[in-house]
Amino acid sequence: MTYILIFISAVFINNVVLSQILGICPFLGVSKKIDTAIGMGISVTFVIAISTLVTFLLMQYILIPLNLQFMQTISFILVIAALVQMVEIILKKVSPSLYQSLGVFLPLITTNCAVLGVAILVTQHDIYKESLLLSVVYATATAIGFALALLIFAGIREQLAIANVPKAFQGMPVALIIAGILAMVFMGFTGIV
Amino acid sequence: MSKNLKALTNGILKENPVFVLLLGMCPTLGTTSSAINGFGMGIATAFVLVCSNLGISLLKNFIPDKVRIPAFIVIIASFVTVVEMLMQAYTPPLYESLGLFIPLIVVNCILLARAESFASKNSPFVSALDGLGMGAGFTLALTILGSVREFLGTGKIFDFTIYPENYGLLTFVLAPGAFIVLGFLIVTVNRLKTAKN
Repeated sequence: MTYILIFISAVFINNVVLSQILGICPFLGVSKKIDTAIGMGISVTFVIAISTLVTFLLMQYILIPLNLQFMQTISFILVIAALVQMVEIILKKVSPSLYQSLGVFLPLITTNCAVLGVAILVTQHDIYKESLLLSVVYATATAIGFALALLIFAGIREQLAIANVPKAFQGMPVALIIAGILAMVFMGFTGIV
Repeated sequence: MSKNLKALTNGILKENPVFVLLLGMCPTLGTTSSAINGFGMGIATAFVLVCSNLGISLLKNFIPDKVRIPAFIVIIASFVTVVEMLMQAYTPPLYESLGLFIPLIVVNCILLARAESFASKNSPFVSALDGLGMGAGFTLALTILGSVREFLGTGKIFDFTIYPENYGLLTFVLAPGAFIVLGFLIVTVNRLKTAKN
């Protein structure tokens, strides 16, 4: 039951993009087509789950025992950058077709604040920092929330591309306003858990 | 001299990182729930930007080309840690309210973009000026966005009451307001630019 509650709250109520405002760059950058949005969503989910697993272990078994918590930011970002690189190499060998479709997005994920954000949030949270399993479930659910928001937004933007938008609003401004309305929709989920 | 001046003023208006280049959207949207938060975040980012630009420019001849991105990230992350500790010590309330977004300065696209496109090619002095200009532009944009959201949401600007809080629309302080206000501010900038031409 706990896992279901964590899942629902991370995907809908505290949606990483629309409620916590993390990972905006890819959300605005790669949401012009549904296909690319799906690719980005899958790669981010993968990287967030693995990086949270690794950074959790790093924090618990290396940084805290050695009293090096202040090195958190530096070590986490290096771990994430290395992991992204590793995922890229493994995918290239194991599944070249998936690599082909995700290829462009993988290096971009290093600078996605949602990845570092979730890794740091987990170490600060009272409950998640105690349990590896809960942390990974939370991280995966958050990443699915990111993919969901990206997918919905890409769908809207595909429709928007054929709409007649005033000149000053074209491009980013109208996308931002739509994202704002989408965030209002997600505010409706507040309080269901 | 004119080159230095250009490096300094470039980031403030002509290439404003938020309104024109559209970089660093996460802290822009996430921390501007009030004018003071936006201003604090802007100053913190500007400090890291000046230091990292200066550091990267000084070290550019020692960093091998193949590992330059990780090297830049380590330099940036070190300065972010410095800022984080300084803020924790001297401005605890601001540290509390910005929270997660302080360590997230590391992944702010502006820092890596300026390191890659400016600091790794120019002299330390000009790079520091560029960092200062970009930082000032970022701070300006965040303060404007924060003021508008705080004004619409709670009727205050920098905690100075302008109209009673009851009439404020709380949505503007929350996430949706961030997107909508930034959208309209960019529209205003676009409109002003076309009017000028």
